[in-house]
Amino acid sequence: MTTATLDERVGTKGLADRLVARPELGSVLGALVVLLFFSVLTDQFLTPLGVATWLDDSATLGIMAVAVALLMIGGEFDLSAGVMTASTALVTAILATKLGWNVWLAVLASLVFALAVGALNGWLVMRTGLPSFIVTLGTFLALQGLNLGVTRLVTGSVQVSGMRAADGYESAGFVFASTVDIGGTSFQISIVWWIGAAVVASWLLMRTRFGNWIFAVGGAAPSARAVGVPVMRTKILLFMTTAFAAWLVGTINILRFTTVQANQGIGLEFQFIIAAVIGGCLLTGGFGSAVGAAIGALIFGMARQGIVFARWDSDWFQLFLGVMLLAAVLVNNTFRRRAERVRK
Amino acid sequence: MSRSTRLTRAGLAVAASALLLSACTGPKASGPDPTGGPVGDVSAGPLRIAVISHGTPGDSFWNVVKNGAEAAGKELGVTVEYNSDGDPAGQAKLVDNAVAQRVGGLVVSMANPDALRESVSRAVRAGIPVITVNSGEARSAEFGAIAHIGQNEAVAGEAAGKRLKTEGKRKLLCVIHEAGNIGLNQRCEGAKQGFGEASNLQVDISNPTDAQARIKGALQSDPAIDAVLTLNSQVAGNTVSAISESGSKAEVATFDLNADVVAAIKAGQVLFAVDQQQYLQGYLPVSFLKLYRDNANVVGGGRPVLTGPNLVDKSTVDTVGKYAERGTR
Repeated sequence: MTTATLDERVGTKGLADRLVARPELGSVLGALVVLLFFSVLTDQFLTPLGVATWLDDSATLGIMAVAVALLMIGGEFDLSAGVMTASTALVTAILATKLGWNVWLAVLASLVFALAVGALNGWLVMRTGLPSFIVTLGTFLALQGLNLGVTRLVTGSVQVSGMRAADGYESAGFVFASTVDIGGTSFQISIVWWIGAAVVASWLLMRTRFGNWIFAVGGAAPSARAVGVPVMRTKILLFMTTAFAAWLVGTINILRFTTVQANQGIGLEFQFIIAAVIGGCLLTGGFGSAVGAAIGALIFGMARQGIVFARWDSDWFQLFLGVMLLAAVLVNNTFRRRAERVRK
Repeated sequence: MSRSTRLTRAGLAVAASALLLSACTGPKASGPDPTGGPVGDVSAGPLRIAVISHGTPGDSFWNVVKNGAEAAGKELGVTVEYNSDGDPAGQAKLVDNAVAQRVGGLVVSMANPDALRESVSRAVRAGIPVITVNSGEARSAEFGAIAHIGQNEAVAGEAAGKRLKTEGKRKLLCVIHEAGNIGLNQRCEGAKQGFGEASNLQVDISNPTDAQARIKGALQSDPAIDAVLTLNSQVAGNTVSAISESGSKAEVATFDLNADVVAAIKAGQVLFAVDQQQYLQGYLPVSFLKLYRDNANVVGGGRPVLTGPNLVDKSTVDTVGKYAERGTR
């Protein structure tokens, strides 16, 4: 300690170091690799229609992945998120087709339902001190049972359809399920929602006090509480955000496909978590990015549709998906370790 | 203003203007759909057909469909690509994918027709001839498909119910193995029509242990049940075990064949199997699409082409059994 060196906390870092410290870098590189791979391998992957196909597949997954990423940065999981996309669609569909509600009113009621379940998830996790993995597993099963039970009770069938004939379908459909024509190719409006979700979540995370709270409660909840972060409120809000995203996806689905099946959505929760992890979120919380999660979903969608474009036998589909996901996570991990070295 | 906010604003501006420049199209409310596309590309050359089902990967039933489609492809010199997704939204995206690839023909099973409406109509509008298979018979023509090939679920259920009635059964239990599948519900409804008194039981196909335990429980709790109709060959096997464990006198009839069911029919443990001959649901559409392209043939005349029901019992099981083993029945 002879010379007056700058404190490393205020020192400036090189561009490479700053880049490496970004959690989404691995996913950006991964996305480029997947994009290049399928563009070279197939003729249709980069055509407008091809792009519209894989963007469409990524969009709804991406909306969820962004919300799940926030929750994971906050240190929690939500296993009920997948089934929730079906529950919200079912609530909307039953109210609109069986009770004759205006679609907008039904969508609103479904939102209230979603936020209530999200708040319940958060409150239970905070009050019981149980891991969110267990609590939301309970909600997952409960919702799954409700979906089937209520649907059969009300409709005598296992799917609800007929949304097209409900009042207000056209205007609600315009907002949630329209297509945007660019150069003769239709792109789903869900892509816009996806980009919007990523932008809003990033802004929230990087530019607001609430964003700091999210990192704080996910990194070290007791210390966060000690410095005055409202841990309970933050976590409950995060669960409600995930529920909100599930409502958005459920609404997009029911208005686009106009029918919903009682067993829909099961298993999707893991895809959301996988997309968030590919995007650089840590399973242990406190680190990650919303844009990364959105790109994680993009990788998922590109790979899923790319495999079809490549005309590979679908028997091997899951194997390829699994290997690719593992590779993406390993690449991410390497980058994160470098990032942590840079930060020290 | 920091650099990143300026960048964000610029990005938003670009996105907003792109939206303004492009035309937005909302989904249509109830109304007639464009039907009956023009005769597709009549040019010769290799034909590529996409088969997109709602089966889950590894499902033995759909494996036979896939085998049928691939066999027809090999014999006729047609490239056949089979893909499946049990989630209706996922299946719709696979159809979009096939349209983006400009396939020469599309074969699609419609367990959930409304969810596929947009995607199938898009294929029709793009001039791709579509044939629906297995399920979705009622909506097939409305969406612009040139034919439907399958088994009418209600008719098949009714046939099974009637047969059980003639066997002298009094009380029927119908086992549904997939919660969200509307076709299975139609089968049980049909069975009720043909039989009379029947109740439904819900089990989960992905958990055979639980399925067997539940069937056992249902038989024990109501000894009056003397017939069980299962809608899947694997569940039929579970039911045979459940009956022997519970000491019930019930007899089993099932939908679909596999090697176990064939053996059980031979051994007299299963009365009969309703075979919808799904091999045909893979084989026929490929040959129909080839004929449509090369000779403008349309089969069915607006009516579905039925592949079943064909009841397989002790008298026919020997012949059919051989074929079930090789994955074509």
